[in-house]
Amino acid sequence: MNRVTLDLWVGIFVAIGLGAILFLGLKVGNLGSSSVGETYRLEAKFDNIGGLKVRGAVKSAGVVVGRVAKISFDTENYLALVAMDIDKRYKFPRDTFATINTAGLLGEQYVGLEVGGDTVMLKDGDTIKKTQSAIVLEKLISQFMFDKAAGENGGGKK
Amino acid sequence: MANIPLNPPDAANQKPAVARKKPAGGTGSGTPKTTAPRRKPHGEPFPSDPRPTTFTGKLACALRNLGHRVTGAVWRLGFASRFCLAIILNSGTALRRFQLTIREMYFTGVLSLIIILVSGLFVGMVLGLQGYDTLERYGASESLGVLVSLSLVRELGPVVAALLFASRAGSAITAEIGLMKATEQLSAMEMMAVNPIARIVAPRFWAGVISMPLLAALFSAMGIFGGYLVGVKLIGVDEGAFWSQMQASVDFREDIINGVIKSFVFGIIISWIAVFEGYDAEPTAEGVSGATTRTVVTASLAVLAADFVLTAFMFRGT
Repeated sequence: MNRVTLDLWVGIFVAIGLGAILFLGLKVGNLGSSSVGETYRLEAKFDNIGGLKVRGAVKSAGVVVGRVAKISFDTENYLALVAMDIDKRYKFPRDTFATINTAGLLGEQYVGLEVGGDTVMLKDGDTIKKTQSAIVLEKLISQFMFDKAAGENGGGKK
Repeated sequence: MANIPLNPPDAANQKPAVARKKPAGGTGSGTPKTTAPRRKPHGEPFPSDPRPTTFTGKLACALRNLGHRVTGAVWRLGFASRFCLAIILNSGTALRRFQLTIREMYFTGVLSLIIILVSGLFVGMVLGLQGYDTLERYGASESLGVLVSLSLVRELGPVVAALLFASRAGSAITAEIGLMKATEQLSAMEMMAVNPIARIVAPRFWAGVISMPLLAALFSAMGIFGGYLVGVKLIGVDEGAFWSQMQASVDFREDIINGVIKSFVFGIIISWIAVFEGYDAEPTAEGVSGATTRTVVTASLAVLAADFVLTAFMFRGT
């Protein structure tokens, strides 16, 4: 095998190998979609974050506007402290409402931001005051059962 | 020879002398001066030992065999580590005259392409079928893309490609170097003041290290394409959901880069084992064939063990 053909083949090999890595990065991974643009940090305290994970999505009206950056436990008042990196392009009013939602019945959990009407916008490092925790299915069911049982008992007495 | 003197480890290669009654010195190809002190703990333990007849004698013999085996294995490990160091110290030539490495990349990388691509395609297609079958029960067949891509990028791509690479390229490297040793080409090179580690071993080592991540990436990409073919084109999973869910849950740094790091480590392991076994092979036809088998077995086991360790570090929790 002469040297030119050899080099050609090895060149092709390396090129398609790097192409495969690029394909994995852009088409399979989230390198293409996640704009590595400027972000600002918002924080929110939740009673219960359920199964929220770091790098989970932050959505407003269904559009991904940021990612969960850090989850920690606040030992002062025993709440979950969630830090989020929000895209600089999106500004939210000060009375924005943060909830933890589930995508589909068994899907991943994400932070939803519901926009309020305040004219003052949230800045880097601000904390979202109004939050709603994740719905824990077991709690919901037990509450429902309890209510139902209580209702039946009360009805029996009257 | 450059800075590190490396002698063929004949002393350790010899099986316990009690087990194999064979006149010593059958493997004395170019074992220079330094053998004498090393042979001492590994040589024939008790030359005048007759075949034991009593129970205690047999027990002692078995224990001695065991001990010999263990020290032999430790000795080999030490020699392999020293050999790895020697490769790295002598790899200047392989990197400066890169043509040597390119030539080896043709043999290890380009010629492995077919097997890697075809098996990647089939593994992906099987994952598509099996994954669909399972996910369908939970009504989550749109997550097929996630299942296929995550299992390929994280585990199957690097590991299966590494196993194929070990049996396709690793065994070839071992056989080639072993045969060079058996036909005394390595000794001839030393005679001509050409360092065989720099000229023969290091280019093969680096070619394997460079080729492995590329092959693993190709395997994963091909597998995902196979999963796409079966999932979307054949079964009819929604194409948009297939790709978008995949992109939503495969992280570039967490998953893809970790997969590349894994395959890089596997490349080092396989190339190291392959060149070492070849260099260490007994210079006989039987010895070369044994070394080739050992390469495939040891490299596969080492890859699987290293995969566990790496996975435990990379994907713990979160």
